[in-house]
Amino acid sequence: MESTQQTESKIIELKPFTDEMVVNMGPQHPSTHGVLRLELRLDGEIVREAIPHIGYLHRCFEKHSENLSYPQIIPFTDRMDYVAAMNQNWGFCLAVEKLLEMDETKDFAVPERAEYLRVLICELNRIASHLLSFGTYGMDIGAFTPFLYAFRDRERLLLLFEKVCGARLTYNYIRIGGVSEIIPLEPGSIAEQNYLDEIEGFLDYFEPKIDEYNDLLTSNSIFSERTMGVAVMPAEMAISYGATGPNLRGSGVDWDLRRDEPYSIYDRFDFDVPIAKDIPELGAVLGDCWSRYKVRMDEMKESVKIVRQILAEGLPDGPVMADLKAVRPPKGEIYFRSEAPRGELGFYIVSDGTPKPVRVKGRSPCFSALSALQELSRGLMVADIIAIIGSIDIVMGEVDR
Amino acid sequence: MSDFFSDGFFKNINLQDSSNWATDFVQDVIIPRLPEAVAGHFSVELGTVIVMLVCAGIFVAVVPLLPLVLVLAERKVAARFQNRTGPMRVGPWGTLQTLADGLKLIFKEDFIPPQGDKVLFLLAPYVIFACSFAVFAAIPFGQDILVSDFNIGIFYIMAISSVIVMGVIMAGWSSNSKWSLLGSLRSAAQIVSYEIPLGLSILTIVMLVGSLSMREIVASQDGGIFTWIIFRSPFTFIAFFIFFISAIAEVNRTPFDLPEAESEIVAGFHTEYSGMRFALFFIAEYANMFAVSAIGVTLFLGGWQGVLPGYDFLGGLPGFVIKTLGLVFLMMWLRWTLPRLRVDQLMNLCWKYFIPISFFNILGTGIWGLIFKEDDVWSIGISCAIIYIALISAYAIAGRNLARRPEPQPS
Repeated sequence: MESTQQTESKIIELKPFTDEMVVNMGPQHPSTHGVLRLELRLDGEIVREAIPHIGYLHRCFEKHSENLSYPQIIPFTDRMDYVAAMNQNWGFCLAVEKLLEMDETKDFAVPERAEYLRVLICELNRIASHLLSFGTYGMDIGAFTPFLYAFRDRERLLLLFEKVCGARLTYNYIRIGGVSEIIPLEPGSIAEQNYLDEIEGFLDYFEPKIDEYNDLLTSNSIFSERTMGVAVMPAEMAISYGATGPNLRGSGVDWDLRRDEPYSIYDRFDFDVPIAKDIPELGAVLGDCWSRYKVRMDEMKESVKIVRQILAEGLPDGPVMADLKAVRPPKGEIYFRSEAPRGELGFYIVSDGTPKPVRVKGRSPCFSALSALQELSRGLMVADIIAIIGSIDIVMGEVDR
Repeated sequence: MSDFFSDGFFKNINLQDSSNWATDFVQDVIIPRLPEAVAGHFSVELGTVIVMLVCAGIFVAVVPLLPLVLVLAERKVAARFQNRTGPMRVGPWGTLQTLADGLKLIFKEDFIPPQGDKVLFLLAPYVIFACSFAVFAAIPFGQDILVSDFNIGIFYIMAISSVIVMGVIMAGWSSNSKWSLLGSLRSAAQIVSYEIPLGLSILTIVMLVGSLSMREIVASQDGGIFTWIIFRSPFTFIAFFIFFISAIAEVNRTPFDLPEAESEIVAGFHTEYSGMRFALFFIAEYANMFAVSAIGVTLFLGGWQGVLPGYDFLGGLPGFVIKTLGLVFLMMWLRWTLPRLRVDQLMNLCWKYFIPISFFNILGTGIWGLIFKEDDVWSIGISCAIIYIALISAYAIAGRNLARRPEPQPS
C-alpha cells in the first residue's frame, strides 16, 4: 500500500514541465529583413510570444528634415523604404506640392509629361519592390531559386532606373514640381523612343515570368502548406492595426488609394485592385500569409497593365519641371498619403513660410503592419514567424526611419 | 527454434573470415620476402592488422575527394538552375574552387565558444565525420571493390549511420548557443523518426533476398534491369521511394533541411563552428549524401550490376558511380526547387504516411513471397505489369485532380 503511494507521489514529482526559453532573433539574423530584433519566448518550437524591438536603423529622418530645405529632404526619403525609393520620393513631393498649391498668389502645376513619367517609373518601381518581396519570401520559406530569378528580373528594372537618374537604389529622381531632367528622355527624341521600347521589351519578357513564378512557388504544395492558414489577419484586425496596402487587401478589404482617392493621374488608367479571397479548394484562408503574398503577385500584373497603357499613349511633350524658382510653401500644414508598394505612405508637414519645414512626420506602412506581428505570432512555431515577417513585407529602413 | 538460438543470432559472424584476404596476403606475399631473422618473429596477426590499416588509410585518403567533387557539382548544378555560371575563377571553369575553399577554411581561426563544453565541442565533428565515412566500408563499389564484406552489411550501415545523430546533439549542446540547441534537437527528432521508415523499407529487401550481406543483395540482382530489386515486386517499388525520401530527410537536405534551416535558425547545430571543424561537417554532409545514394543504388538499382546481364565493365565501378551520381543529382535538383517543410509537417509525413505505408509494404512483400516462391519470369513480369498500371493510373488520377484544381486566379 505504502509503495503505491510512493510511486504515485513520484509520478507527480516527475510530471514533465518545460521551461520557456528566451531567444533573440536578430538584429543579425538572415531573415528578419534587416535589423529587426524579435524577443521570442519559446516553449520548444512553439512561440509563446514574439516581441519586436525596433530602432536599430533609426537615422533621425524627421529631425534632420527640420534643418533642411524641402528639396534637400528628398534624398532622405530615399533611405526610408530603400526598396521602393521612387515611391518614397513621390510621396514626399506630392505632400510638398499640395502645400505649395495652398499659396493663392502663385500659379503652380506639375507638367503633364512629368506626371506620366512619375507614374511610369513608380509603377516599375512597384514591380521591382514586389519582386524583391517575392524572392525573399521564397528564401524565407526555404526555396533559394526564386530569389535569384527575382533578382535577375529586378536587375533589368534597375538598369532602366539607372538610365533616367544614374542611381540603382537611392534615386532622388522625383523632384518637387516634376522630375529630374535627365538626358535620355528628351521629348520626341530617339533616345526616348529607345527607352520606351526597352521598357516594353521588359514587360513582354516579364509578364509570362509571373506565371512561371506562380508555377514555381505560389502553387507549390510545400509552399502552400507552409503559408496557407498561417497567421490569419481578419479584416477588422488589419484595420485596427492600421495595416495598409497588400497587407490590408490580403485581408479582403477593397481599398487602394490609387483608385479610391486618386492622386496624380491615376484616374486616367484602367486597372484592377487585387483582393484576396477565401479559396477553400486550395486551403487558403482570407488574411493568411499566402493571401498577402498572392496579392503582391497579382499587383505586379496590374502594374504591368498601367505601364502598358502609358506606353500605348506615349509620353506627352513639354517640360518635366514646373516653373518653380524656390520651394517656399506658405504657412500651413498638410497631411498627404499615397499608395506605396508597402501600403499607405503619409507625410505630415508643418510649414511656417520659410524654406525649411518646422516639422515633418512620416507615416510608415511597415511600422503599422509590424505592430500586428505580436498578436499574429502567438502560439505558432518558429518557422511561422519567418513566414509572417516575410508576408507582411517589412523594410526596416522605413520602420525605423 | 532452438537451433536458431543455439547457433546464435548471427552465426555467420566470423571476423577471421572477412580478414582472410589480408592474412593470406601477409602469409603468401610478405613473409616469404622478409629476411629470415625478422620473419621468425613476425606474427601473421600483426601483419594482418598493418595491412588492414594501410588499406583503411588509402580508403580514408581517397573517399574525402568525393565531397570535394560533389561540393563543386552542387554549386554548378545550382548555378545552372538559377541562370548563373557558378564558380568560374579558380582553375579552369572554377574546378579548383572547393580546393581553394578548403585551404581558406584550414587557415581560419578555430573558435571555441568560451562558455561551451569544450571536450564535446571538439569531439562532435570527428564523431560525425568518422561515422559518415565508416558507412563506406560496407558499400560494394564493384565486383571486388569492397572494403569489408560483413554478412550483416546493411545492418551495420543502419547502425553506424544512426550514431551521426549523437554527434549532432553533441555539437548543438556544447556550442552553448540557443540556435544550435534548437537545430540539434530538431535534427535528433528528425533522424530518429526517419530511421524507422528507412529501416522498414530496407526490411522488405532483406525479406526478398534473404540476406543482410551487401554482396549477396547485389548478387541477387544479376539478371539485368528487370531483376533489380525495385522491379521485383510492386512493394519494393513503393519501398524505393520511401527509402529515397527518408534518406533525404536523414541527410538533412531540402525539403527536410530543418536542422540547418538558414532562414530560421541561422545554421543549426554548426552555427558556432569555424575553420576546419566546420569543413568537417561540410565534408561529412556530402559524404553522407553520396553514401545514402550508393546504398539506394546497391539495394534497389542493381548495385554495380549492369543494365544488361553480365555487362559490368571494370568490375561494375563506372556503372555504380553513374547510378549513384544520378540519385545525387536528383537530391540536388530537389534542393534547388523545393521550399522547406515545417517541423510538425515533417513529423506528420513520417508518422502518418511513411510508417503505415512501410508496414503495408512488409505485409505485401510477405504475401508476394508466399505466392511466388522463386523469382522467375512470371513474378517479375506480373510485378512490372502492376507497376506500369499503377503508374499510369496514378498519372491519370493526378492529372485529372490537377486539372480540376483551380489555378490560383488573380483575385
